[in-house]
Formats: sequence, structure tokens, C-alpha cells
Amino acid sequence: MALYSEKVMDHFRNPRNVGVIENADGVGEVGNAKCGDIMKIYLKIEDDVIRDVKFETFGCGSAIASSSMATEMIKGKPVADAMQLTNKAVAEALDGLPAHKLHCSVLAEEAIKAALKDYYDRNGIAYDASQFPDCAHCDGCVCG
Amino acid sequence: MRIYADNAATTKMSQTAIDAMLPYLAEAYGNPSSLYALGQEAKDALERARETVAGIVNAAPREITFTSGGSEADNQAIRSAAALGAAAGKKHIISDAIEHHAVLHTLKKLEKEGFEVTLLPVGRDGLVRAEDVAAAIREDTCLVTVMYANNEIGTVQPIRAIGAICREKGVLFHTDAVQAVGHLPIDVAADNIDMLSASAHKFHGPKGVGFLYAKKGVRLVNLIEGGAQERGKRAGTENVAGIVAMAAALKEAAERMDETAAKLTALRDTLIAGLSAIPHAALNGDPAKRLPSNVNFCFEGIEGESLLLLLDDKGVCASSGSACTSGSLDPSHVLLAIGRPHDVAHGSLRLSLGDDATPEQIAYLIEAVKDVVEKLRGFSPVWRDLCAGKTPFLL
Repeated sequence: MALYSEKVMDHFRNPRNVGVIENADGVGEVGNAKCGDIMKIYLKIEDDVIRDVKFETFGCGSAIASSSMATEMIKGKPVADAMQLTNKAVAEALDGLPAHKLHCSVLAEEAIKAALKDYYDRNGIAYDASQFPDCAHCDGCVCG
Repeated sequence: MRIYADNAATTKMSQTAIDAMLPYLAEAYGNPSSLYALGQEAKDALERARETVAGIVNAAPREITFTSGGSEADNQAIRSAAALGAAAGKKHIISDAIEHHAVLHTLKKLEKEGFEVTLLPVGRDGLVRAEDVAAAIREDTCLVTVMYANNEIGTVQPIRAIGAICREKGVLFHTDAVQAVGHLPIDVAADNIDMLSASAHKFHGPKGVGFLYAKKGVRLVNLIEGGAQERGKRAGTENVAGIVAMAAALKEAAERMDETAAKLTALRDTLIAGLSAIPHAALNGDPAKRLPSNVNFCFEGIEGESLLLLLDDKGVCASSGSACTSGSLDPSHVLLAIGRPHDVAHGSLRLSLGDDATPEQIAYLIEAVKDVVEKLRGFSPVWRDLCAGKTPFLL
């Protein structure tokens, strides 16, 4: 029994959408190097559709795989659809994560939402602030 | 290539140890406490193993108690010293910040039971200072416990000097020598050691067996009650086959010790030099006062678990002190104690070489680690910020 599913390992070994988008329309960064996880998402958005997405991640295997999978799930999708992405959907798409690694999928959802919020803010688009997490779950992250 | 470079976690059993143990599983399987010949055959083997083990650390056979391993021996040693101390009204214990959890957690429990514990800091080199031990000893100190060699960064402590101070002040001295026994020459008399813990699977013996040396006159308290085995100090039918195999493994390790240490020290230093060429990487622990097998590095901008997974893909078994591999949010207490910041401690790698390591393996390890570090830095936002000058490099 391996630590991770084949799918996690595939996305970890061959991460999709790795890199940076210069002149991105939205950028989101979540996590903390002290805690060992940072995800940064770059979005290129045209006509409210995510035309391109890239990520950079500092973290464990499941953090890298979660970023990769999450970017695949929103690429080419309307912004409204991307807003609906949940950590649960990311974890399920990876054929599950070990219980103590579920926070990696949470981080992926938050990174994408942070990038979308940045896009809304930059373009003066109104949004419901309650849709964006305030990192209440980060209470557990008290390292450093 | 497949390289097992996690010998500080556990070692492969030697063929000598396997051959030694098999007869006590299949043929001489008697209970050493039974009076008939089959039992007495097992009893004889047990006592021969005790003589062998005792001889190698320069102890008397009656000073050796067989246990289930290093953790049990640590627990029993510390509990015994605490009981002796409490009976004399002495409830202060001195240890250090980089001990194994078998020691640290036992001390935490004793604190709850009314003991006072002083954890000495270590320098950036990962070494305890003997003069710090001397300065910390009080009238009510009942025990000093300092590990022989650290399991993560491999630093070898000034045990003989610390032992001499304790002897002079009349304080019991215990050392967790789990990483040292079978790898470094140990002489409990010359090193002034009162109690010492060891574990067989760290020197090519089986898992689930170890021993506690306690100098004559140091009265042990039981962790396990229920029988007269081990002079009444450790109940339970003895793991005869495991104990016999441990003695065989230790004898072999002791015979080859000088040769193995010389070979591994040279290979270790080549590996350290090779990995030092990676930018923004740093060796953890003193470069010379360390186990011949131990190499431990921090690489800035990456995280340890992903490093291990990619190394596994290249056939390399290694270990890390990152939070992700420790199962907690904090990285290794040892790396934090030598002054590595959290961010850097997450990117640590421990390679612990086996006796059969070769120069070809070392060359492969250097290239494999370089490749993997480069790959992970390639998409690390932390590394990007460091390179862009947004955050300062720490290494």
C-alpha cells in the first residue's frame, strides 16, 4: 500500500500547468513557508472564461498534486464555475488523499479563490465576500 | 540503481545474524525458564549472548538487561534514575534539546510527576558542551541523560567528558547510544557511563530487541511486571532468537568497526562535498564530530517530503525532518535546536549510508539529489522570491 494514489503520484511526478503567467489577470498566493506549504496560482481570463492557468507550489507531494489537479479542473471553464470548485472535488479527482493531507486540497481551493478574488478586485467586479474563505481552518497552523 | 540510504531508520539484517537466530526459532525453541534440556539450551544461548554484548561495551554480563529495543531501554533507564532520585529527595534531571523522543517524552511525563527538567541547548554545530552540563548540575540533580550520537544530524557528543563530570559530582549518567552501538567504539568504564541504551536493528540485528546496560549498584525499576526474567527487572519470556541474533550482529559489527568507519567516513565526506556544491544548501551538524554514515542537509526553497518522493522514484531511500514527514506541523526539533528557521528546516534531507556503500553509489546520490532539488526549485514560489531578491537567502 503506497502512501498516495496512482493519480496523486502522476500529478506529482508530471505536474500540469506548472509555471508563471506574465501579465496575469488574477494572482493568488496562500499558505506559509513556515508551515511548509505555499501555493501560487496565476489566471489568464478573457470574457469571463479562464483561458490559461499556471501554478507554483512549495510543499509536499500532495500539495503539488492538488495544485496540478485543481488547475486542470478550472482550465477553460467560466469564472463562475471555477468559483464552485471545492477541496472535496479536488481530493476526489485525485482518488483521495490521506486524512492528514486533506489540507493540501483545501489550500488548492483557497489559492484558486484568492486568484479569482484578485481578478474581481482588479476589475471592479462586485462579489459576495462570504464566498471567500477567511482561512479559519488555518487556526491549526500555529507553527513558527 | 537502488540505494538504501536510510540506515539510521533501520538496517538490513546481516546474514550472520539471520543464521544465528534460525536454530532458536525452529529447533532450540524452548523457554529459558524451563528446567528440561530444551529450555536450558535456550537459557545457555541467552547467557552466551549476554556475555558477548557485555564484552563489546566493556561491561559485566550481569549489568546487561535485554529489552524490546532502544525506546524501552531509554524509558527504563530514566524511570530508574528518577525513582532513585525521588527516594533521595532529588528531583532534577538534565538533558538536551536534541534527544530522541523516547527520552524527551519520558522526561515530559516526569515533569508532570513533579520532576524539574533542564534541557541544555546545543550549538549550531549540534553539540552539547560538557561545561554546560557541569554548570547545570545542582544539589538535587539525580540524572544527566545525553545521547551518544544524534539520530538526525549524526553529531557525536563529548560523552567521556560529560561522564567524567557526572562521576565527579556523583550524578547518574545515562546515554541513549542507539545510533552509536556497533558503529563507534564504546567502553562504558572508560566513558564513565552508568546506563546505556541500544537497539539491535540499528546494527544489522533484528527489530524488537535491544539492551540496557546499568552499572552494578544502579537499581532498575520495572516497566513490565510478571516474572523473574532478566533478574526480575524485565518480565516476559525472553526473545531468545532475537537476542542471539543481536549478539551475533554486534560481534560482527565490532570486528569490522574500524574498517567500516574508515571507509564510510571517506565516502561521507565525498557526499558532503558533492552536495555542498548545490547553491543555497548547508550541512546540518558538525562536519567532523559526526557518525561515519550520516549526512544531513537543508536545501532552501523546497520541501522535504516531495524531495523524498522524487528520490524514491530514482531508487533512493532517504529521510527528512520536514513537518510533512514527521506527521506534525512543526519540522524536526533537532533542526530547530541548531538554529535552522522553520522555512529551511522543512527542506531537509538525511542520507545514512550502509556498510556496503560504494563510491559509485555516492556519485549517483550526488547527481540524484542535484536533479531533484533543481526540479522542485523550478516551480517553487519560495525559490522564485529568493532569486528575485524579494526575500533574503538564509543559507
